[in-house]
Amino acid sequence: MPQEYNPAMPPAILAQQLTKVYTVAEREAGLAASMRSLVRRRTEDVRAVDGISFELAPGEVVGFLGPNGAGKTTTLKMLSGLLHPTDGQLAVLGFTPSKRDKAYLRQITLVMGQRNQLVWDIPAIDSFELNRAIYRLPANDYQRTLSELTELLELGPLLKKPVRNLSLGERMKCEIAAALLHRPQVVFLDEPTIGLDVTMQRRIRAFLAEYNRRSEATILLTSHYMADVEALCRRVIVIHHGRLLFDGDLSTLVDRFTSHKTIVVQLETCPEKLEGYGEVLSCEDGLVTLQVPKAETPRTTARLLADLPVIDLTVEDPPIEEVIERVFNQEAA
Amino acid sequence: MIRRLQRRLDTGLQLYRQLIHTSLAAMLQYRVALLIWLIGQVLAPVIYLVVWSTVSVASGGSVGGYTSGDFAAYYLALMIVGHLTYTWIMYEYDYRVREGTLSASLLRPLHPIHGDIADNLGSKAMSAPFILAVAFGLGLIFQPTFTFVPWAAVAFVPVIGLAFVLRFFVEWTLAQAAFWTTRVSAINQLYFLAMLFFAGELAPLSLMPPAVQTIAALLPFRWMISFPIELLLGKLTPQQTLTGVAAQLVWIGLSYALLRVVWRRGLRQYSAVGA
Repeated sequence: MPQEYNPAMPPAILAQQLTKVYTVAEREAGLAASMRSLVRRRTEDVRAVDGISFELAPGEVVGFLGPNGAGKTTTLKMLSGLLHPTDGQLAVLGFTPSKRDKAYLRQITLVMGQRNQLVWDIPAIDSFELNRAIYRLPANDYQRTLSELTELLELGPLLKKPVRNLSLGERMKCEIAAALLHRPQVVFLDEPTIGLDVTMQRRIRAFLAEYNRRSEATILLTSHYMADVEALCRRVIVIHHGRLLFDGDLSTLVDRFTSHKTIVVQLETCPEKLEGYGEVLSCEDGLVTLQVPKAETPRTTARLLADLPVIDLTVEDPPIEEVIERVFNQEAA
Repeated sequence: MIRRLQRRLDTGLQLYRQLIHTSLAAMLQYRVALLIWLIGQVLAPVIYLVVWSTVSVASGGSVGGYTSGDFAAYYLALMIVGHLTYTWIMYEYDYRVREGTLSASLLRPLHPIHGDIADNLGSKAMSAPFILAVAFGLGLIFQPTFTFVPWAAVAFVPVIGLAFVLRFFVEWTLAQAAFWTTRVSAINQLYFLAMLFFAGELAPLSLMPPAVQTIAALLPFRWMISFPIELLLGKLTPQQTLTGVAAQLVWIGLSYALLRVVWRRGLRQYSAVGA
């Protein structure tokens, strides 16, 4: 289970005013521009991450959300020591990630959906063995973790095939296993389910929840699939244009950014006049979907039940994707 | 103290065994490509050998004191030395930087250079017998003339080792250029030319114009190629050999220091621009 935030415990991850500015060479198209850039290169500063602060307690699972280019991957790379922050403070498990201390690297992992840890041409098990040597894992621990991962991710038949012969989903499962063999205390996941089918997504989700439960690892994950986030994270951090938009419970986010609820009513037939209750989104075979302002939901529900021959009625929040979209759009406006 | 050292050595050896195992397994997936590459390695010295033998025969038996037998000995030795010291890191590194595989290796608690060392050791162990056999076979055809000096043959072992270390450090350092520029091939070309003229790949340095010889004496390249060849062919005195080893050690020290500085700066650059 995700752990509650406990202010007495030192945070696993602490970011303060974290900033990353990329200096990007700017060049217009065309030969003349190319020649000019030889003499004087014009550069532009891009603030990919712009002063964000957050803390994660040990064992917490947090969803890191934002549209493409929001600065999520940059932040994960700073956390895992691949990028040096331009400004601000960063401490993970008490280490400064950019120093890439070996003791630090032994306790973390970063899984990037597109990048591979695994050697392409050889079976995954050989790459696992290599990781065992690199992380200096004792034989017993390694065997135990390996059989655990093999069981949870159903890797059995995959381990001895060359990685290049695996499907995208199979490869991803092996990547995740390779990244977790050393039982990292902090796990950064960048789009761990991208490009996978629904069954595979669900399996990886279940696995991550189980890994968190068993090893009490702190997990920070980005995903475009809100189902990942809903299933795994109670808390979310939302960034956009490198700035922090929201940090808190997922339910609070939904609450704050939704002005409406959806009421679904099952009736005998579609009645003629329903406008009085709210905006009718659809009505098919007596199944009516109404959108009503949040504050009026209880009253409207009561009226519907009193006025109409209701067979069934449910009140729902709008889909989380819609909420997130609204968050981003609101910021952009 | 000794026990701890022993344990470190043990885990180090275990690590290297695994690294070499992995790289061999990956390499063996491409046996045909490997063979073609090996043939390429053999071909260049053979072409030089044929050209120079022909020239020496045409000019009355020798060129600058080199008979066709001398040329045969030189280029067959070059084939062996060239192969034993060869690395391909300069051609691979910018791919790693661009494609992000470097990022994956930076996440591990191990300096990426170890993987490269293991790759080289593994591939050499595998292909050296092939190259030696080819050199022997070509020797039967081209009739090399050289003096076999037993102590020089023994000294050749550490000298070729040092030559490899030097070449590896220099090329690994140059490969880091990929952090700063996307046009590493220009640098690779320049390096290739320097090796051709100043290391003795094109022709024995003693046949080169005095100006080239003077420059070569000041540069590290001859200690990678020419020096081990001269030793193997029995052309050096013990005194010259010791001087050569000293020069190798000095250049190794310098290139290692440079490697460390460049690697640290390169990483900073990499992580500034976007790993």
